[in-house]
Parts: sequence; structure tokens; C-alpha cells
Amino acid sequence: MSSIDLDRWEVVIGLEVHAELATRTKLFSAATAEFGGEPNTHIDPLTLGLPGSLPVLNSHAVELAIRVGLALNCTVQRSVFARKNYFYPDQPKNYQISQYDLPINADGFLELPSGKIVGVERAHLEEDTGKSTHIGGGGRIHDAQYSLVDLNRAGVPLLEIVGRPDLRNAEDARAYVSELRAVLVAVGASDGKMEEGSLRVDCNVSVRERGAAEFGTRCEIKNINSLRSLGRAIDYEAARQVDLIDSGERVVQQTRHWNEDDGRTHTLRSKEGADDYRYFPDPDLIELDPDPEWVERIRAELPLLPAERRHRLAERVGGSTEAVALIVDRGLDVLCLAAIDAGADAGRVVTHAEHNLSDERARDLDPAAFASLVRMETDGALTATQAKTVLAELVERGGDPASIAAAKGFEAMDTSELEGIVDGLISAHPDEWQRFCDGDVKVTGFFVGQVMKATGGKADGKAVTALLNSRTA
Amino acid sequence: MDEPTTPQAVARISAEDVAKVAALARLRLGPGELDRFTHQLADILAHAEDIEALDLADVEPMAHPVRLRNVFRSDEPAPPLDRDTVLGQAPSAEDGMFCVPPVLGEAP
Repeated sequence: MSSIDLDRWEVVIGLEVHAELATRTKLFSAATAEFGGEPNTHIDPLTLGLPGSLPVLNSHAVELAIRVGLALNCTVQRSVFARKNYFYPDQPKNYQISQYDLPINADGFLELPSGKIVGVERAHLEEDTGKSTHIGGGGRIHDAQYSLVDLNRAGVPLLEIVGRPDLRNAEDARAYVSELRAVLVAVGASDGKMEEGSLRVDCNVSVRERGAAEFGTRCEIKNINSLRSLGRAIDYEAARQVDLIDSGERVVQQTRHWNEDDGRTHTLRSKEGADDYRYFPDPDLIELDPDPEWVERIRAELPLLPAERRHRLAERVGGSTEAVALIVDRGLDVLCLAAIDAGADAGRVVTHAEHNLSDERARDLDPAAFASLVRMETDGALTATQAKTVLAELVERGGDPASIAAAKGFEAMDTSELEGIVDGLISAHPDEWQRFCDGDVKVTGFFVGQVMKATGGKADGKAVTALLNSRTA
Repeated sequence: MDEPTTPQAVARISAEDVAKVAALARLRLGPGELDRFTHQLADILAHAEDIEALDLADVEPMAHPVRLRNVFRSDEPAPPLDRDTVLGQAPSAEDGMFCVPPVLGEAP
């Protein structure tokens, strides 16, 4: 399938992200919410939907939901739990407790590293379902002889975060999920692990001709297990829809299943309307109306969020949006700010954090040691290459940059010694020197290389270039 | 059960609606039941109509008859039910899991 003509078509994407909340117990009962475990060992009467069992709301799940709501700039409001009715063996009550017309969090937004603002319609609490394994027919659901059900996950608290259809390409969609995950982790609401299913992404995709006022018919894509799959699924699905329209057919609203192996989406079922779920307020549960004082206390305790950390760092260092985002993503912004406070050059600090500190242990670097390394570099005591080597050693083993530099023999070259070497080379290579004087910059490398050879790599390339230039005068 | 119903009330819900809801609820309606339940549901809607006729501008909508809010439990785990006991009560089990007839179609 060919890629689509983006001058003509606009892709519209809205994401629904389900995040498992990091509670110890389930949303409405005291069974453990731990991941995994032997099948059906995290079960209690409510999880099994036994007659007479009644749900009681987990206060910590509510607190985590509020943290996320506030972090996403939502209004935290009075909410009601509703029953979403459907029959499926991974949900023994025959309904899922969710929130419908009154979600706990409404109307917020998320700021991406690029500065783009993506609307968040709502973020509501609901229960997770159990897991089915289909036996026979090669594990395919339609040919299975029977299914096995594990209810450990049934009832684990989920926050469903419904984004507005504000995204226009796969790259932004990935950035949105990645930023949302960073926020969830920052506020301690979720571990954000897509591979363990703690974070699950359903993706609504439609296409329309540029300038069209109305959205096209959308398809919802399920079974997206990584950021990479998300991008591939969007590109595939948008192209599929454009092909349909180009060949005179129409897009049918449906749920489609992403298949990682063949790189396509496949029809799963026609989308149920909300009416088919016969939502109604759950009579077993009373209203949730968080006390404003509680909400404000949670707000006051929120950590600095990724977007705020990016703004804070950008104000101090300038630097590209990408570099700042990368540094915050690596959790190195606090280190960088402390090093700059200790007198290190902001530009060098950012360069090192961006290019030389991908190691996770870099977060534990001593800011004072990092700052003194950068000072040695800017004072000319170390070359950029030497500084990089010393930094790697600092991350690996810690210690004092001056001692590490000395141990590696990175003594700053005596200026007169360097001058002697450079002058010697000029005399030994008159042809090359003439070309240098005539402005042939390519020959600079030759001289720098010769100096490095003569000094065993101790010389600073910039100092050599400066010396060469000074000799042309 | 067989009280007379008003034609207006019957117009509020059709036999088709009732058949659809019954299908969604996996209920198989016997002969005459579709008509009977259509009338009963229409009567319930007629009752709601009576309430709609009242001036309720000053009454806050309520999601629950009990005027209680914010009842919580703390996030403290309790021991689970014993798996063997539970699975022993299931019609069929295998490998520590409930064994169920083949499911057609994915979960919503």
C-alpha cells in the first residue's frame, strides 16, 4: 500500500489510553492487584461476581485518578459509577463498572515536547477485565474449541484517558503516548509498562480531504503493544482508508485489530453503539464527590511535571527543543541545573547531557564533579575528547575529574611546547603550509593530525587551529 | 400485570426495541412475552412521564436514592479465596483456569 498524498489528505487521530493504576488492591475489592501470579489466585467474591458481593471503592485508586486528572489540567468533579453491560467470560458480573456521563476528570489537555497542545476529553475510573486463552484452532478466537479464563486482572483499577481528535500524524501520536506515560510515571499513578499491559492504547483513525469541515468515518484500532506498532498501525490504516475512498468505496465504522506480523489491521467487529451497553448508574455504588480540600492537597503534593521541567531547563540553557526534551526524558535536568548553578557553562553541560550521558547511572552523577569537569574543559585544561573520556569514567566509577584526568595522563600541554611542535611541522611541510595560508581549510586536518600524532593525542584541536591561524599573520 | 395501558405509553417503546434489548440481555422471549413486556415497559415509561410532568427545577439530579457520598475502603489487601475450592464449584476447569465454551468474537 502506497503512502498517502498529504497535500490532499489529512489524517485525524484520537487516542484512548487505558492505564492500570498502581494500587495494591483492586478498584472495588481487597484482592491483590499485583501483576501476574498463578492464574486465579487474586480472586475474591466480587471478582467472581458471586451473588451478594458488593463493591466498595478503593480510596487510593481515587487519589491516583485525581493526581492524573490534575496533571492533565482536568476539572476534578462529582462523578457516578455506571454499569456497562455486556456478556463475556472475562467479566463474570456481566457488566463492567465504569463511569459514563459523569467522569471523575473532565476537559483537560496535555502539552507535548514540541509545544503542541492535545485536548483530553475525560479520564475516568473503571475496572479491568480478566484474561482469556483460546484453546484449539491455533489460538484463533473464531476457531477455538474452548477458552480458559484467568480472573487475576479482573477488577484491577484502570484510568481510561480519552484524548480529543487533535493529532494529525503518527509521530505526534507517539509523542502523545510517550508524554502521557511520562506524566503517569511522574505522579506515581502507573508504572507505564506497555509490554506488561499497564498502558494500553486504542487508536481512532479517520481521513478527510484537506479543508473539509467534517471528520471522516473513523475506525478504532486495538491490539497496539508498542509505540512502534502505534505509528505503523496509523500509517497503514490511513492509507487503507484513502485507498477505499479513492476506489469509490466508503469507510465503514468498525473496530479493527492490528496484526504486528503482517503489518495490517483486520476487521474485528462493527462498532457497538453506546446504547447497546445499556449504561445505567450502578445501584451498588454511591456518588463520588471528592472533597475540594483533598483535591487541593493532592495538587500541592504533585511533583514537577515533564512539561514544567522542560520549561524550567529551557529558560536556563536555551538549547534546542529536542535536546531539552531528551535531557528531561533521561531525568538529567536536575543534574544539569545544579552543574550550571555550580558555575559550569550551560552550552557544554547540555552538549554532554545530550550526547555523552545516555547511561542510566548518569542521573547519580555528582553535580559538583560534573561542573568541575566542564570548567576544566572550558579553561582549556582538557580537550573535548578528553572531557568525554573523563566523564565516562565519572559515570562508571565516580571520583574527582582532576584526578581521573591526571591518571589518564591528560595534562594540559604547555603552550610553548605546543608552539614548538606546530612551528616544527610548518617548517617540515612547506607545501601544505602554503596551501593553509592560501585558505585551503582542508589541510587544517593534516596539521592537527600531525600534532596529535606528535603529542599522543594530548593536544587540544582547537588550540592547534588557533596557533596555526596565528602563524599566518 | 395485565392492567390496561394507554396508547401514548405504548408509543414510547416499540416491540422492536424490546426485542433488541432482550437480545442484548441474552433473553429468549416465549410466545406472547414480547407483547406483554412491551406493555409493561411502556407502563414504566408512563410512570416516568408522570415525574417529568412535575416542576423539578429546584431538585438536584440524584444518581442514587441514598444521600451518601464518598464511602471508601483503604488500599489494604485481604487474603484471596482458595482457588481449588472456587474451581471445584465451576462446571469445568483446566490448568487452574475456568473452562468456558468457545467465545465468538472479541470482548467489546
